[in-house]
Amino acid sequence: MTAYIIRRLLATIPVMIVVALFVFFLLHLTPGDPAAVIAGDDATPTEIEGVRRKLGLDRPVWEQFGIYVWGLLNGDLGTSIFSNLPVTTLVAQRLEPSLVLALSTLLVAVVFAIPMGVVAAWKARTAVDRIVMGFSVIGFAVPVFLVGYLLIYVFAIELRWLPVQGYRPLSQGIDQTARSIVLPAFALGMVYMALIARITRASMLEVLSEDYIRTAHAKGVATRSVLLRHALKNAAVPIVTVIGIGLALLISGVVITETVFNIPGLGRLTVDAILKRDYPIIQGLIILFAGVKVMVNLMIDISYTFFDPRIRY
Amino acid sequence: MTALATATAAPAAAPASSDTILSVRDLRTQFFTRDGVVRAVDGVSFDLKRGETLCIVGESGCGKSVTALSILRLIPRGAGRIVGGSIKFEGTELTTLPEDQMRKIRGNRISMIFQEPMTSLNPVLTVGAQIAESLHIHQGLDRRAAWDRAVEMLSIVRIADPKRRAGEYPHQLSGGMRQRVMIAIALACNPKVLIADEPTTALDVTIQAQILNLMLELKERLGTAIVLITHDLGVVAETAQRVIVMYAGRKAEEASVEELFRNPIHPYTRGLMGSIPRRTATGRRSNIRGRLQEISGIVPSLREEIPGCAFAPRCSYAVDRCRTEQPPLDPHGPYHLAACWEAARVAATPR
Ligand SMILES: Nc1ncnc2c1ncn2[C@@H]1O[C@H](COP(=O)(O)OP(=O)(O)OP(=O)(O)O)[C@@H](O)[C@H]1O
Ligand SMILES: [Mg+2]
Repeated sequence: MTAYIIRRLLATIPVMIVVALFVFFLLHLTPGDPAAVIAGDDATPTEIEGVRRKLGLDRPVWEQFGIYVWGLLNGDLGTSIFSNLPVTTLVAQRLEPSLVLALSTLLVAVVFAIPMGVVAAWKARTAVDRIVMGFSVIGFAVPVFLVGYLLIYVFAIELRWLPVQGYRPLSQGIDQTARSIVLPAFALGMVYMALIARITRASMLEVLSEDYIRTAHAKGVATRSVLLRHALKNAAVPIVTVIGIGLALLISGVVITETVFNIPGLGRLTVDAILKRDYPIIQGLIILFAGVKVMVNLMIDISYTFFDPRIRY
Repeated sequence: MTALATATAAPAAAPASSDTILSVRDLRTQFFTRDGVVRAVDGVSFDLKRGETLCIVGESGCGKSVTALSILRLIPRGAGRIVGGSIKFEGTELTTLPEDQMRKIRGNRISMIFQEPMTSLNPVLTVGAQIAESLHIHQGLDRRAAWDRAVEMLSIVRIADPKRRAGEYPHQLSGGMRQRVMIAIALACNPKVLIADEPTTALDVTIQAQILNLMLELKERLGTAIVLITHDLGVVAETAQRVIVMYAGRKAEEASVEELFRNPIHPYTRGLMGSIPRRTATGRRSNIRGRLQEISGIVPSLREEIPGCAFAPRCSYAVDRCRTEQPPLDPHGPYHLAACWEAARVAATPR
């Protein structure tokens, strides 16, 4: 197992090199002079020259790449053009809200979706099943900003139960954070809820038709235990896979929700950086997100062994 | 074989007595498919006496498994259900018993072993846990005690190194070992009735006898009655006291094992035995060895109501009445029932 993890970690190196290459040449592949692109449309030649020197774009490409990779290896993601702050600092500032949002969203999605999927499978082809599946279709179809504004309207403006927008950091108390994150988590969680509920239902349906489920019934095991102890664990592999993929997508996919709920997270950092063409930030974020996805993937694979004893690495 | 010896002493067909532990009357189980109603079990009756071995034989698709599943009320909800008849276990009517009461009977008073040892055990639970679960549910044993008893059960079904094996998963065991585990699960709570649905069919021939003997030995020890569903007439001869021959969801013939082999009445039963060699080449053990014979013609569709005898289309003795009127199960001797209009003519024909 440990050997497997080490092997997998080593295997991430080439992946990350490819990502770094891509990110580095992103700037050089954009048509025209990178310095001019960064400096913006109405920059004077002197300003463009300034940018060029600041980013080291006047040096040979291979040297630039060497410097870039060396920086990455030392945990240096570059420096923002506009704020002059290191990208790592900017990311660290924005990490908490995004992480809290992503994890709360996933928590909300999993807590609701798995029971929904299990019940739908158990009561397959009944009204309960159709309601759950109908909800899941809606969850897929309705865009997150619509759900977001709807939730804000009902729970913040009309009922006044929760704040309209904004994020309260954990340093202000977890209850404050929770209040500020509930609506965004539900808004963003809807689509994941739909996805996880669907996969859970499909996976459970397959497992429930297995012979060993009949054996469990023949032993006199109660329905609840048949579903949770005998079936769900067997159905777990596809479910944790989508949860993991969901997490990876979430970390980088919180942009709209952060905008709707005015949360100063990584999503907003990304949008702002794109609008301002702050390339070092964009590059840094791509590297970061790629790294997260690679890690989540590894975690998913390792978690399989926990649910299914037949999977050994 | 002792089974054959005791078979002679088998009592004549009698109404349900205090001796009877399980009594099935006119059981009807149907499946509701897109193409119509499947009459999988269509009016089957039989009694099971305490501690005896009753075999059910018949071609594939004749409703043996559905009969077994009906007794434990394990017909998949939504696919089909018991539409009529009665199943009495120790005087309790099972067809109408509330589900929570039924659960207390399953795996406790009536157990079942399935045909497929490879898929009948849960792949993500250790075999020890799967045995312990029954003990926990029905005998209220705590984790520790249930586990210890599970290990004991593994040694009772003669699995070597039971302590280690208890912690293993089904995929780490061979087919024969898995079926031993199934037997351990089924017998863990000392059931009064064991329903074994082709328990050895999927196993290698060399271990079939071992598993069967183990089952019979434990049955003897615990005083469990067995309903043994099988394709193998050799198994019937060696194990059963009484035999039921099923065809198309109905009972075609019923007799003591000796009587049935000596004097099969129903043309279907005769057909099943037709090609079986009188004596094996080496002349040892059983003279009735082998699988049920293929009978020419096809098994009737259970989707249409069959007005007469279901076997008529394949039967060389069939007359007009066979095709229009369902034959009753008539007695032919002290304990011998057969559903055939032409029984007298069949009996007069030497096999
Ligand atoms: N879930 C189901 N849905 C529809 N029909 C079913 C279902 N289960 C069984 N049947 C039908 O019921 C009939 C009896 O099946 P059963 O499994 O009892 O046969 P069997 O005698 O056990 O055969 P085998 O020797 O092959 O195990 C068959 O015609 C089968 O098609
Ligand atoms: Mg069967």
